Order: sequence, then structure tokens, then C-alpha cells
Amino acid sequence: MIKKFLLIILFINFYTFTFAAESKIEIPKYDWSWKGFFGTYDRSAAQRGFKVYKEVCSGCHSMNLLSYRNLEDLGFSKQQIKVIASDSLVEDGPNDEGEMFERDAIASDRFADPYPNDNAARAANNGAYPPDLSLIVKARPKGADYIKALLMGYVEAPQGVIVPEGMYYNAYMEGHQIAMPAPLLDGSIDYDDGTEPTLDQLATDVTTFMAWAAEPYLEDRKRLGVKVMLFLLALFVLTYISKERIWRNVK
Amino acid sequence: MSSNDPHGYKKNLSSPYTGVKGWIDSRLPLIRMMEAEYLKFPVPKSLNYFWSFGGIAMFCLIGLILSGIFLGMHYKPSAAEAFNSVERIMRDVQFGWLVRYLHMNLASFFFIATYIHIFRALYFGSYKAPRELVFIFGMLMFLLMMGTAFLGYTLPWGQMSYWGATVITNLFSAIPVVGDAILLTLLGDFTVSDATVNRFYVLHWLLAFAIVGLVVFHVITLHMTGSNNPTGMEPQNWDETLSFHPYMTIKDTKAMVLFFILVAFILFYYPNIMGHSDNYIRANALVTPAHIVPEWYFLPFYAILRAIPDKLGGVLAMFGSIAVLFILPWLDTSKVRSCLYRPIWRICVLLFALNFFVLMYMGAKPASDLYVLISRIGTAYWFLFFLVLAPLVGYLETPRQPVTISNYIRDKKA
Repeated sequence: MIKKFLLIILFINFYTFTFAAESKIEIPKYDWSWKGFFGTYDRSAAQRGFKVYKEVCSGCHSMNLLSYRNLEDLGFSKQQIKVIASDSLVEDGPNDEGEMFERDAIASDRFADPYPNDNAARAANNGAYPPDLSLIVKARPKGADYIKALLMGYVEAPQGVIVPEGMYYNAYMEGHQIAMPAPLLDGSIDYDDGTEPTLDQLATDVTTFMAWAAEPYLEDRKRLGVKVMLFLLALFVLTYISKERIWRNVK
Repeated sequence: MSSNDPHGYKKNLSSPYTGVKGWIDSRLPLIRMMEAEYLKFPVPKSLNYFWSFGGIAMFCLIGLILSGIFLGMHYKPSAAEAFNSVERIMRDVQFGWLVRYLHMNLASFFFIATYIHIFRALYFGSYKAPRELVFIFGMLMFLLMMGTAFLGYTLPWGQMSYWGATVITNLFSAIPVVGDAILLTLLGDFTVSDATVNRFYVLHWLLAFAIVGLVVFHVITLHMTGSNNPTGMEPQNWDETLSFHPYMTIKDTKAMVLFFILVAFILFYYPNIMGHSDNYIRANALVTPAHIVPEWYFLPFYAILRAIPDKLGGVLAMFGSIAVLFILPWLDTSKVRSCLYRPIWRICVLLFALNFFVLMYMGAKPASDLYVLISRIGTAYWFLFFLVLAPLVGYLETPRQPVTISNYIRDKKA
């Protein structure tokens, strides 16, 4: 029977291999705190990552599946979240006079969008649409590895490669041309906790933040997974013993 | 038997139980039936663990229906809201992430269990007389499963949902004369749209419960003939059988727990491994994904579709590849059921299984010359297997004499 279950595992591996073989660009593998059976998001990295998002990415990219209140998961206090939210304006209404009005965002609001609509976003970015980042880590084949590699992948275009006006060369982008200029550089922003803001550090932190945003229940999932697996293993031992006992007298 | 009850009909209705149990059972003979069909029901002693996958598939179905009911309480079937309502389930609904991942992964595991179950039927000749109807109801369920899975995959309204639905529904336009009318009725619009997701949601539910209905017929027909077994021989006497309970209940439970350890491992640690990352991008009619790939369980059939250069021909080949399964009981001319005693047919069946995986791999690949060529060879073998090899091998092959169940068990222990 073990053979059969190995076969099933093989079958699943085979399937991922099918897709893995498709892209020609090799994405490096990085070490992430949330990998493995007991992995958790590195809270200080995710908090720093939020700062990177807020000061750099949020100028063009929305993240509208998240609410400010969700930041509590990353260890921000209610008071801090209130302050963070109040930095943004959201449209509300209509009020008693039937007028729409703008007010400071509160904890229960979704992250404010940088542009009023998709067309405005395109118009401001040479016709390219900056995708929403809420799910970006789950929406790309190599996930976090790809995002970090992309953020650090702005290199000199090889000789003979012509990069059109308004496009940039990126080692890890499909087709190597990307409409987004290099968003992060060494020392782009200052960290409050004194961490050295190298490009690698900035990319790691903001990727950690986006990974959390895409899969906020990852830690609950892994914790519950350990319990369920242990329960099922114990149940398997019991059913194994019961089966042996019941079948003992079968000739 | 009295004269006003010539067939002993009323006698059969009197319950063997007393008290409340007897009162209910003499009015609704369900307890009697369950006892006969699930406690005392005799099954061949020689069943191996391949026979556990029917029960495993049924548990997957139950899990899918339960998780589906809870998803349905939060999901919104409209083009504007579908994608965000799924994300709301993942983020804001209590244990919504668990229910959603469970539904998503159980669908894949339902197919894994079903494919193993079908392989078992092919290998041990479970489709042969007198079990033709068991097999045909099974195949009907498989067909509805594919329909249900396809409809369900559209519902999260991601890029693969949208473009997968566009590609597959477009196949209907290949049907001469009525094709376009069918397509329009199916979509409720000229493209996959708001009307489409709304009706697909209703049909997803409808087909799911139609499968449950077919399970009943599958089980009734099975219980008329009894289970096949590795020898393909019918039990000769009571000594070659065991009662379903406790022997099979505990054996199946053991197999099921092991299967669900694997389900839990994928569900809790790699929940997206059998999905496609593009489906976390909201459906966009203006952006076509680089490769439109169906879910893994459709890949062999997708490869068959693409192997034929003509659109209508491809559609016919794809549906034909499943249709031939329905007539397999009459295509196979051998008197012997089990591959254990059919040396040539055994190789054909194992090649068929290998070919299934080859086609699956080809279905995931872009349609380049080499891959299309391999797909064509695979497709040719698929039809050759059913239409030529099944009748021919039955005539030409000299099968070994199958051993009785008792001898099979004795040989195995030795």
C-alpha cells in the first residue's frame, strides 16, 4: 500500500514539475522565515516592509484587499494603526445634505487606492497598469522568490538588447522588459529600528510584507496542520491495530 | 404464503425487529436494508486496498458538499463581486480559509481517488458482465464530475477561471448548425460574463447533487452483483466471503485515514500546489494569460483535444475518448476478468495508464510540434486500446486459468 501512496506523491510532484519546466529564466531561491512546518512571518521584517510599501510602492500600487485593522497581525498597536490610517483620505457619503465628502481613513477602511480608477492609473504610468499588490505573491509562479528577485533584478541591459523608451531592463521579468523603474535602491528609505537599508534588506522586507498580505492566515494554517496531522497519525495507529485484530482470525 | 398474498410480498414487509426499531422498520424498511447491505453484505475475502478507493471517493464527495454549502453562504455569483467575495472568505470569514482550501483541494483528491478507482476497474475487469451497469453509472458520475469541476473552477473569477471557461465553452461552437445557439444559451451572453458566472453557480450545485443521486444507482447495482475481486472469480461458497462489517469497514477506514493524511499534508502545507497562480489575478477580458492551462485532472483530455488539427474533430475526439469507456464492457471479448491471468491485456492496461500520464504532461505543455506529435501518438493509443486491442486481445490471447479466491489467498500467504 505504501507503494501506492508514494505513487500519489510522485504524481503530485510530476504535476508541479510540468509547470516548473516552463519558464526559461532561473529564479534564485531565498530563505524565508515562513517556510517549513512551523514557519512564521518575521514581524519586524514585515513591519519594515510595510514602511517600504507605504513610502515607495503605494505611490502607484493599490493593495485594496487589506484593511488598516489587519496591520494588528503584524504587531502594530491600535493607536499606531489609527495614525497610519489617518494619513490617507477616503471618499465617504452621501451625508445628510446628499453630498459626498472626504475624510481621514479609519482602521476599518481598506488601504486607500493611489488612483481614482484604472484609467487614471494607466494614464499616470505610460499606459502600463500597476497591479494591485494584495495577492501578488500568490499570483506569480515562483511567489516570494520571484518578487524579491524582480525587485533586485534591475541590471545593465546586455550588449545588443534595445530597451524601448519608457521601459526598463530586468533580469527576472518575462521578456526582460518592465514598465516599472527600479523602485528600490541602497538606502532608499530610512528604517526606524536602525536596520541597514541595503537593497537586499529592503527587497526582503517588502516581500515579507506582501507575502503576509497575500496569505494572512498562513501561521494559523500551519499550526492547525500540525494538530490535524498528529490526530490523523494517532487515528491511523488505532485503525491499524484494530484492522490487525479484527482480521487475525481470517484464514 | 396465504392466497391473498401470492408472492409473499406482505411477509417480506414484516420487520425482524421489535419495539421502536420494529415500529419504524415495518413502516420504513431502512434499518433492515442497511443491515443487509452494510453489515452482513458478503464481499470476497481477497479484496486488496484498491477496493478502498470507492469509499474514499465518496468521502471526498461528502466533504465537497459540506464545504460547498458553507462557501455558498458567503460567495457572490456575479462578475463584479465573485473574486472579492472569495478573498473575503479567505480573509474575513471565520475559518473561511480552511473551508475554501478544503473545497479546492478535495476536488483534486476526488479526482485522484476516482482515477485510481477507474484504474482498478480496468485492471481487474470490474466492468465485465454482470457489472456493466455498475461501470456505466460510474462513468456517468465521472462525466458529471468533470462538468461540476469545470463549472466550479469558473466561480472564483480569476484569470484562469475566465479564460478556461472561454476556451472550453467555445468548443461547443464547433458543433455544426446548432453550435452557436448552444454556446449562447450556455453563456447567457456573447462572452463569458456576469450572466455566465451566475448560471454556472446554479449548475455547479445542480450537477453536484446529480452525482449524489448517481451514487445511489452505482451502489444499488453493485449490491446486486456483489464486488469483483483481484481474481475476477465469483466467490464459490460462504467461506470465500467476509461480512462487510467489521472486516471491510475497518480496512477501508484504515486506508481512508492514510489517504486523508496525504490530503491534510497538501491542504495545510501546499494548498495551492495543484492550482494555478494566475487564478489569483482577477478575471480580465482584455488580458489573455500566456498559457491557458486547465486543471491537472483535465490535462489528458485537453491533450487529446489539441492533438486533432480540426476544431470539430478535436471536440469529437475529446468526448469520444470518454464515450468509448461506456461501451468497454462489450468491446472486451475475453472470458477472463482479471489482468492477473491475462498476460497480454495486462501490458495493454499498464501502457494505457502510462499513456494517461504522458497525455497529462503533454496537456500542460505549449502546443509545439514535438509535443503535438507525442499527443497524437497518445491519442491514437487511447482509441486503439478500446476499439482494437480490447476486442482483439480477447480473441487472440490465451489467458491462464484464474484461481479460486481460497487458492489465491493461500498462494498469497505462502
